[in-house]
Amino acid sequence: MIQIENLHKKFGALEVLRGIDLAVNKGEVLSIIGASGSGKSTLLYCINGLEPISEGRVLVDGVDVHARGTDLNRLRQRLGMVFQQWNSFPHLTVLENVALAPRIVRGLPRAKAEEVARRQLEHVGLGDKLAQYPAALSGGQQQRLAIARALAMEPEYMLFDEATSALDPELVGEVLDTMRMLAAEGMTMICVTHEMGFAREVSDRVAFFHQGRIEEIGRPEEMFGKPRSPKLKRFLAKVL
Amino acid sequence: MSNTVTYFTGFRGADLLFLAEAAWGTLKLSALSIAVGTALGVGLGWMLAELRATRPILVPLLDVFRSVPLIIQLVLFFNFVPMIGLGLSPFAAGCVVLSAYAAALVAQVARAGIESVGRPLRRAARSLGMSYGQAMRHVVLPMGLRTVFPAWVGIVLGVMKDSSLVSVLGYVELLRASQILITRTQEALFVLGVAGAFYFLLSWPVSWWAARHEKRWQQ
Amino acid sequence: MNSNFHWRPVLRALPDLIQAAFVTLEVAALSMLIGVVLGLALAMARDFTAPAAAPARWLAVAWVALARNTPALFQLYFFGFGLGAWGINMSPLAIVLAGLSFNNAGYLAETFRGGFRAVPAAQMRAALSLGMTRMQAMTRIVVPQVLRAVWHPLTNQMVWAVLMSSLGMLVGLHELAGETQAQASRTFRIFEYFAVAAVIYYVVVKLLVLGARLMAWRLFRGWSPA
Ligand SMILES: Nc1ncnc2c1ncn2[C@@H]1O[C@H](COP(=O)(O)OP(=O)(O)OP(=O)(O)O)[C@@H](O)[C@H]1O
Ligand SMILES: [Mg+2]
Repeated sequence: MIQIENLHKKFGALEVLRGIDLAVNKGEVLSIIGASGSGKSTLLYCINGLEPISEGRVLVDGVDVHARGTDLNRLRQRLGMVFQQWNSFPHLTVLENVALAPRIVRGLPRAKAEEVARRQLEHVGLGDKLAQYPAALSGGQQQRLAIARALAMEPEYMLFDEATSALDPELVGEVLDTMRMLAAEGMTMICVTHEMGFAREVSDRVAFFHQGRIEEIGRPEEMFGKPRSPKLKRFLAKVL
Repeated sequence: MSNTVTYFTGFRGADLLFLAEAAWGTLKLSALSIAVGTALGVGLGWMLAELRATRPILVPLLDVFRSVPLIIQLVLFFNFVPMIGLGLSPFAAGCVVLSAYAAALVAQVARAGIESVGRPLRRAARSLGMSYGQAMRHVVLPMGLRTVFPAWVGIVLGVMKDSSLVSVLGYVELLRASQILITRTQEALFVLGVAGAFYFLLSWPVSWWAARHEKRWQQ
Repeated sequence: MNSNFHWRPVLRALPDLIQAAFVTLEVAALSMLIGVVLGLALAMARDFTAPAAAPARWLAVAWVALARNTPALFQLYFFGFGLGAWGINMSPLAIVLAGLSFNNAGYLAETFRGGFRAVPAAQMRAALSLGMTRMQAMTRIVVPQVLRAVWHPLTNQMVWAVLMSSLGMLVGLHELAGETQAQASRTFRIFEYFAVAAVIYYVVVKLLVLGARLMAWRLFRGWSPA
């Protein structure tokens, strides 16, 4: 379980997160929607300790992410993350992209790491690209590569930060399908997304961010069907 | 100017003048070579970019200037001239070699500049009814100039520094003058400090002027 | 006009000149090695922000400015005469090595800074998010990409070091130019000797560039464009 308590985050004088309370249960899929700049990405970075926080706590399975003694490298193995910009490693082949971290972080022998990598790559439909370099892949394929790379660490949670918003429209579908598949397999996921269709259809809950706070949170039918807050109404009117 | 003084004396005010004069020599040598080299280099760069047939000859030829130490080029040329019955002063010989060297560097840069202005844009200029010459002068050159300006400034500064090598022919430029003074005064650190300051004084305005231009163009 | 040239003595000296070309290569390679290490240190020092590191930062800034804005020969003279004033007398080899290394480090510092900037911060973030330590992310993800970004300038600097090492001739080092000068002054066939030296330099430089290209092709083939 991921528990976030009274989380505040400042960049200098700018307070980006202004008191977030949120709990995500095992097996749950939570979508986060909201305007650009409302702090969605920052929240994800705070969850896996890529950004320090200003106040509050983040607990992952009871482990305080930002406590002094926490082994972040260890913790991050439980938290897979996929970024908006597919940042595949350009100097490694597709197979090496995925096999590297299992080998050097989890300490698997090369053959085992490559087996894990191959399985995950087949899972996301890249089984025929193993020897290619990322340069030879489309954006959608690179994003699926990033998903496979995260999955190869066998994480408990997956954090998606607008995984589709840098993609050409015709490539969005294949990545969303992969994410759908993961959700159906019971993966715990937090997805920052602009894809309202996806949020509505796949999530168990949807959180609407507004200026560093959770303005409204609830089941997708309620959020999209009968939104209560006027801000959410306005946001939905704009994006739908 | 005599460099066969055999006694040591301290650094005098007149020596500063001697250094300043030598710095003037460095400046003359570099300015002349850069002017000639740039004019030649732009012509060669244009040939490389526009007359493909010249490439098989020009490319390897210009490459020689970048693959052989300048000091060797200087010695070679200086010793070649008398062999064909001519006489050149160290300054003149230095100028010729530095100009050729600068031209080889500028040619590469000029070619890149011309090629950086894409075909569509040039076609657009021609479609407005400009002649080839007009398109070159009013569109390609000004635009290409902007992209390669920093590289050209790099060449200018480089030639200024490389002009120190003409000392090998006996021309008393800044560094040669420093060496003479060091031998006489035995105040190496002080003399080198002054010479270094002169080099900074020569290159600083160029860098500054270049940075200002670049900034203005970026707007 | 052909009768003016006498090539035989030069050809007899060819083995000596080729031997000297290896000295040139060694000096250039060694000065590059030192230059890379020092250049990396300077590049890092320039980006230190801690107030306590200000002296290191200033040293780095001054080093880079001096190396780039004064002639290489000036730098050589500094290590020759300049240090001599402090009673430090170096051998010709040491002078040339010190001068070239100083120059290389100054230029490479800027090269490395650019190289590190060429790797997006997102690469580091992605590596960390997989649980890699900073060290692992650096050595496995960032540095290989920096290497590619600096490969071309690094090759240029090596060529430059080979060409610059000819200044050894002015401080009495018997690398290719120095050896040529020594032999030429014995026979007074200056033009012929230096012409042969020029050819050797040309060949050495071309071989270096070719080797670097082949290596780049082997190392970076297939990578995404930077
Ligand atoms: N490293 C940083 N330093 C300073 N300000 C930052 C930094 N990272 C983010 N911010 C600021 O924090 C605010 C929230 O950023 P964040 O990326 O979390 O927004 P977001 O909701 O993910 O927006 P988007 O939909 O555009 O990705 C923005 O105003 C942004 O400019
Ligand atoms: Mg974001």
